[in-house]
Amino acid sequence: MARVELENISKLFGATTAVNEVNLQTIEGEFLVLLGPSGCGKTTLLRMIAGIETPSSGDIVIDGEKVTHLPPRTRNIAMVFQSYALYPHMTVFKNIAFPLRTRGVDRTAIREKVEQAAGMFGIGSLLERKPRELSGGERQRVALARAIVREPSVFLLDEPLSNLDAILRASAREELRLFQRRLGVTTVYVTHDQVEAMGLGDRIVVMNKGRVHQVGTPPEIYQWPADTFVATFVGSPPMNLIEQGDVLAGFRPETFLPAGPATENEGFVTYPFQVTWLEYLGAERLVYGDIGEKCCARHVVSRLPGNISIPIEPGKTYPFAVAKKAIRHFDRASGRLIDTGKT
Amino acid sequence: MNSGPRATGTSIRDRADLLARIMITPAVLYIAVMIGFPFILAILYSLSDATTGDPTLHIIGLQNFRDILADPVFRTSLKNTFVFALVSQTLVIVLSRILATALMADFRGKWLVRFLVMLPWTAPISLGTIGWLWMFDSIFSPIDWILRKIGLLGAPGALLGPMQNLYWLGEPFLAMASVVTVHVWRLLPLATVIQLAGLSSIPRDLLEAAEVDGATALRKTLEITIPLTMPIISIAFLFGLIFTFTDMTVVYVLTRGGPIHMTQVLSTWTFFKGIEGGDLAQGAAVSLFMFPVLAGIAILVLRVARRTEVV
Repeated sequence: MARVELENISKLFGATTAVNEVNLQTIEGEFLVLLGPSGCGKTTLLRMIAGIETPSSGDIVIDGEKVTHLPPRTRNIAMVFQSYALYPHMTVFKNIAFPLRTRGVDRTAIREKVEQAAGMFGIGSLLERKPRELSGGERQRVALARAIVREPSVFLLDEPLSNLDAILRASAREELRLFQRRLGVTTVYVTHDQVEAMGLGDRIVVMNKGRVHQVGTPPEIYQWPADTFVATFVGSPPMNLIEQGDVLAGFRPETFLPAGPATENEGFVTYPFQVTWLEYLGAERLVYGDIGEKCCARHVVSRLPGNISIPIEPGKTYPFAVAKKAIRHFDRASGRLIDTGKT
Repeated sequence: MNSGPRATGTSIRDRADLLARIMITPAVLYIAVMIGFPFILAILYSLSDATTGDPTLHIIGLQNFRDILADPVFRTSLKNTFVFALVSQTLVIVLSRILATALMADFRGKWLVRFLVMLPWTAPISLGTIGWLWMFDSIFSPIDWILRKIGLLGAPGALLGPMQNLYWLGEPFLAMASVVTVHVWRLLPLATVIQLAGLSSIPRDLLEAAEVDGATALRKTLEITIPLTMPIISIAFLFGLIFTFTDMTVVYVLTRGGPIHMTQVLSTWTFFKGIEGGDLAQGAAVSLFMFPVLAGIAILVLRVARRTEVV
């Protein structure tokens, strides 16, 4: 169990800045997710915590000790790679035992710990197999077992679910969360999938172009995005943004619903919604269209739950309303959130 | 207008089986005419008493084999062939490993170093060996000149002796060392390129995972890099063995098997016996001794190659 502190970390690759003055502290035992589009620097940040990459400037502190320029093996961290990086010439047993052997653990203790870790992930029967004989899900479990067997103080995961098929991914997500809870190891998890981030994270760090845009719990990130990047990156479909002079007004698609008697009061704003396209997705309908006068940003989406079954056709205009307290305001020039006083 | 499937008969381009046979024919012909026929001829000659003066096939049985086995020069040649091949290839594997590791790193002028490393491979082997002949010259050897200049040779009490020259090709041990050196020089580029390919085929993730798992540089090399490149190292080694085993240019140009047959190998002995000496039958018998060894190596190469595919 440990705290990771990043102090003003920057990383340059030649002339490009991969990570730009990032400050971040983990809370002991938390599940921290680094979320961002590809190339945003999240993986570089993780690799610097692991010690595979050295920061160009700034410091990395683990458990109060400055480790910025120390090699990975001095840090007692574990990392699961996107490709799992299992040693192809070693059996599952030897793969899991590898981090123990480098630490000079004696044979009987190794056998005991490997079997315990393998049992935890239900791969006890695969110990004599080679990685190429395993399925994607089994490989992932081996990678996780190899990571936890050393009882690391920090657990780093680089998109470990991205190589699994969609069905497996959902169950793997649940397992991952349960086992992290059980071990209580501080975990840093990198992903570009916002559903994964929302579902797994105690806190989410939203990154773009090397910078941290927001750090917060999933509800904070979703309800009170710090800027327009977070607002449009998190949520599917993204937050609607419409221009109102110097301000951008934003609201989530599920808050933009057909107007009715209940919305005819001070608390709501009603717009004529010119519907251009409609998607039926089973549990919900996505309605695409424009609101207000013809200007640049007025294209919005409404997300209608299945229980609102009023007929809607493309090409027609309907009154739609959004609650005032669901609207966020952003500065048009900087993109920053203007509203204060989160509830 | 849609006319459906063409009514006219299928052309040869559609007959996959026929096409395959036509395309493999040149290879089969080549093997039969250029390899199979000479091989059978060599077996027949080795059982006959044919000479260059009278090449008629008159089978006399295994007498040639009995004769060459009784010949001490043949036994020296057989031993030398193995010594040269194994010693030079062991050196080649170790040196090419070091070179390949060095070339994996990024540094300025890397392309120039790579170019220079490849250079010996582009020179015709006979020309390269003639160049080395000068290096090992009994009087004008640049190696001796350098040794004299740095005081290791040619002065009373010098480490390598008071004489002016080492006579590289005249002393049995130095002559063997010279032959090995030229083989190493010759095959190092190929082995380096093969090893480079092997090293760059290791996913970077694996090495990084090993680092995070606590491995030191030594452990990474011993437990990750070498085991993972073992198949390709074996292939480089076996190919090198075949090249050295069957090569006669280096020995022929440098020493002609001398001094007193001390560097004779099977290929040169075949040539001296069968062509220059005119005894086709015994020459054929000598050359056939290479066959079981080469066949064994070939089988190993194929096996290793197949194992590499699986990983």
